[in-house]
Amino acid sequence: MYAIIVGAGQVGRYLGRELLGMGNEVLLIERDHKICEELGAELGSVSLCGDGCEVALLGKAGIARADIFIAVTDEDDDNLAACQIAKQKYGVPQVIAKVNNPKNEHIFAKLGIDHTVDRVSLVLEHIKLQITAFPLIRLLNLKERGLDVVLVRVAEGSPALGKPLRDLSLPSGSVVSLIIRQGQECRVPEPGTILEVGDQLLCLISSGSEEEVAQAIGGVSARQ
Amino acid sequence: MNVTIMGCGRVGAELAHLLDAEGHKVIIVDTDASSFDKLPPDFGGTALLGHATDEEGLEKASIRECDAFVAVTREDDKNAMAAQIAKEIFNVPRVICRIYDPLREEFYESLGLEAISPTGLFARLLKEKLEK
Repeated sequence: MYAIIVGAGQVGRYLGRELLGMGNEVLLIERDHKICEELGAELGSVSLCGDGCEVALLGKAGIARADIFIAVTDEDDDNLAACQIAKQKYGVPQVIAKVNNPKNEHIFAKLGIDHTVDRVSLVLEHIKLQITAFPLIRLLNLKERGLDVVLVRVAEGSPALGKPLRDLSLPSGSVVSLIIRQGQECRVPEPGTILEVGDQLLCLISSGSEEEVAQAIGGVSARQ
Repeated sequence: MNVTIMGCGRVGAELAHLLDAEGHKVIIVDTDASSFDKLPPDFGGTALLGHATDEEGLEKASIRECDAFVAVTREDDKNAMAAQIAKEIFNVPRVICRIYDPLREEFYESLGLEAISPTGLFARLLKEKLEK
């Protein structure tokens, strides 16, 4: 597999190393000469110094035969431009962009780049995972299915307390797939399972129903 | 006509001045306050400090009321992104952007964007002069 990565910051470099380690052909495109030199010393000739949004440079990089194209610079406009060229001009089969401003994600989708990673939300959700006051955390967004994998916490005063699972009024399409209870093994819930304070539920829900799920299980709003 | 211009460099400032002098309602946006020094003292439009490469910034620049949007910052990618947001998200009737890289200009044209490459334009102009 031939992978082109635009932007050799931390994400670009780690990804490049992993892909190389798996035996793939990798090219890192980076504007900064110094970083290119460092890459050369560490990984060999796997970098190209220049602007990853320039059509001529991408042509030189052999973009026409690339299998995957990933843009992970810190500038959304650069990531968008590079990915649009890769996808719409060269038809690269798989194109992925890092989005630095969460508000730009739907703009990317509207402009044809639908495989994006929202850097800020990702970090935010992982921090929320460590803070028990947050009732619902989005762990994974399965965009093409319109689903989210979330973790919901059962707290004191939750309407779900003491009730069997089957009686919860969850939005349609939601599935509670695992219960994580302190001091016990994780288990697959049954319709009669009764929830306790401190339970953490791993659920599969339709995207957009986070608020309803947080209310039904946690009894609090997900938007605090 | 209501016109929003992004980028108050020489071209942006001159365009703002020309349109303003003809009585159009002009808003010019730039991230650098000192760039507004290029506007003439009698400029009657609005000079707005801020970004116009995201939806919020564009809304502050009255993108919803504007008839035309022109992106002339010195960065091709910023111009292309702002122009596409203006066109595809806010449905501004007329959107023009400057793209220095002639190859990228062609590409954006193929996406339906009105892109002008000063590089190509000026080279053609020089050639025409030489051939006269």
